[in-house]
Amino acid sequence: MIEMKNVSKTYMIGDTEVKALDKIDFQIGKGEFVAIVGPSGSGKSTLMNMLGCLDVPDEGEYFLDGIDINNSSDNDLAQIRNTKIGFVFQNFNLLSKLNALENVEVPMMYKGVSAGESKRLASAYLERVGLQDRGKHTPKELSGGQQQRVAIARALACQPQIILADEPTGALDQKTGREIICLLKELNAQGQTIILITHDNHIAQQANRQICMIDGQISEEPRL
Amino acid sequence: MKIMRTIRLSLKNIKSNKLRSALTMLGLIIGISSVIVLVGIGTGATTNITSEVASLGTDILTVSVNTDQGLTLDEVSELSELSGIKQTASFANVSATVSKGASTGSMLSVLGVDGNYLDVRNYTLSAGREISFIDLDNQSKVCIIGADVSQDLFDNENPVGQTIKIGGDNYTVIGTLTEQGSSMGTNADSMVLMPVTTAQSLAGSDEIKSLYVQTENEDTVNLTQLATENYLKTTLDASSDEISVTTQQSMLDTMSSVQDTLILLLAGIASISLLVGGIGVMNVMLVSVTERTKEIGIRKSLGARKSNILVQFLIEALILCLLGGIGGILIGLGVGSAAELLGFTFTYSLNVVGIAFGFAAVIGLVFGIFPAYRASCLNPIEALRMD
Repeated sequence: MIEMKNVSKTYMIGDTEVKALDKIDFQIGKGEFVAIVGPSGSGKSTLMNMLGCLDVPDEGEYFLDGIDINNSSDNDLAQIRNTKIGFVFQNFNLLSKLNALENVEVPMMYKGVSAGESKRLASAYLERVGLQDRGKHTPKELSGGQQQRVAIARALACQPQIILADEPTGALDQKTGREIICLLKELNAQGQTIILITHDNHIAQQANRQICMIDGQISEEPRL
Repeated sequence: MKIMRTIRLSLKNIKSNKLRSALTMLGLIIGISSVIVLVGIGTGATTNITSEVASLGTDILTVSVNTDQGLTLDEVSELSELSGIKQTASFANVSATVSKGASTGSMLSVLGVDGNYLDVRNYTLSAGREISFIDLDNQSKVCIIGADVSQDLFDNENPVGQTIKIGGDNYTVIGTLTEQGSSMGTNADSMVLMPVTTAQSLAGSDEIKSLYVQTENEDTVNLTQLATENYLKTTLDASSDEISVTTQQSMLDTMSSVQDTLILLLAGIASISLLVGGIGVMNVMLVSVTERTKEIGIRKSLGARKSNILVQFLIEALILCLLGGIGGILIGLGVGSAAELLGFTFTYSLNVVGIAFGFAAVIGLVFGIFPAYRASCLNPIEALRMD
């Protein structure tokens, strides 16, 4: 489902060239639970932006669900992010003025789902992550773990091919973090493809497959 | 994306920043309300003048002569015999003080007039009689006084039959005018009218330099104007510069063109304040975009297209302006009504209100598009990194 061929990305920081990604090659199939692990500065954030279609490669090719990302317009990329990818961020990134239910509705609004239908689906997804009674609460009124659950419900909202979780436990205590990982594992057990980006080897071990990154390159893979 | 949801979202954002939104709208409220008030008072004044001119009658020619020697009364009556002319009304200004006992009339004008004057000017008597041939022949010391003069000098007494002093001589009041209101710069209510012959003897001359000519037919007023000009030129051996015969229509045209310019000027001044209000909206929207960079990043990561973001911010600016527009219209109409209580004539038409509202919308679009475009072009990765 995901295929990266020789993907490179270079940034200019001042006068120095920084190769954030250096000829990356890998594939991820449907239903996998993959952890991309590496220290900070290893290029995993760049890779995650690339996977999430927020960025496009300088060189190489990236196919997502058979679509050539290099040759997609801004609007195409927006649509891919909307329908094929569900983001889960370290800092949850919920919209603070909206309540939990409305936050889950946002991607469906951009997809064009009718108001009634998106409301119904949003409460179903909130129920799925165990927050059926928190729909009217704004992010401020929710704990970190609950906010991350709302974010996961939002990521599920348009039934994406992939959930991209970028350090989803980074802002949570250990116990809550474990609960979130458990939730992701559950979703994976139901067939959801999940890509987890983390610097924490312990968390990476929870995934079925690890991709290790150092200095913009994949160092070892796979390791069961 | 459904427009209603975007509107609801915008209202939410506007509400969450109440003070800022209110201050932004204030600029527009001031602009729109000043457009409505200034244009309303301007057109009110025009309507007033137009109706005054119309009330005088479009069949009237105003004649004034600037030659050394004016017309004699005989020449005036010869003029009134010309075909197309129904009647003429001569008048002459008299400078004299008017008093009764200890009280002196102020701000009044004394006019010598002939028997047709009241008819031509459409003035009516509330009591007493008009100036007669006999009064004119005898240069009688009689007068007709306006409503205000009557009030000033006689309070609530009936002035008819009583005497007042004009320039030291006693005059018998033979009639009073009904209240007329001010018209074309002359206020009949503060007039004292005496026989024109009496006025001439007071001034020691027998010439007439100003008169009204009433035509028989409104449609031939221009022909009569030419005939009158020709008669004056030949009789007085005068050049075109020395005589002036104007129709009410031409006065109306002149006045309305002056008024139009005035209204344009007022609208222009008010528009400048609208422009400043618009710049305020743009400023606030730019601040809003910067503040909500993170939100824009999140929305983009969730699949918002450029156009979604553009429309969201544009609608927010538009709503801000339309709310300001509505506020401005309400306040403008309120201030206009207050001005009316103070004696101004204030007219507003749905046109002006509609244009003001449309103007607010245009400002929202014009000054909202740049911040909205900036927002839509934000790079999602950088936007997400913001705090």
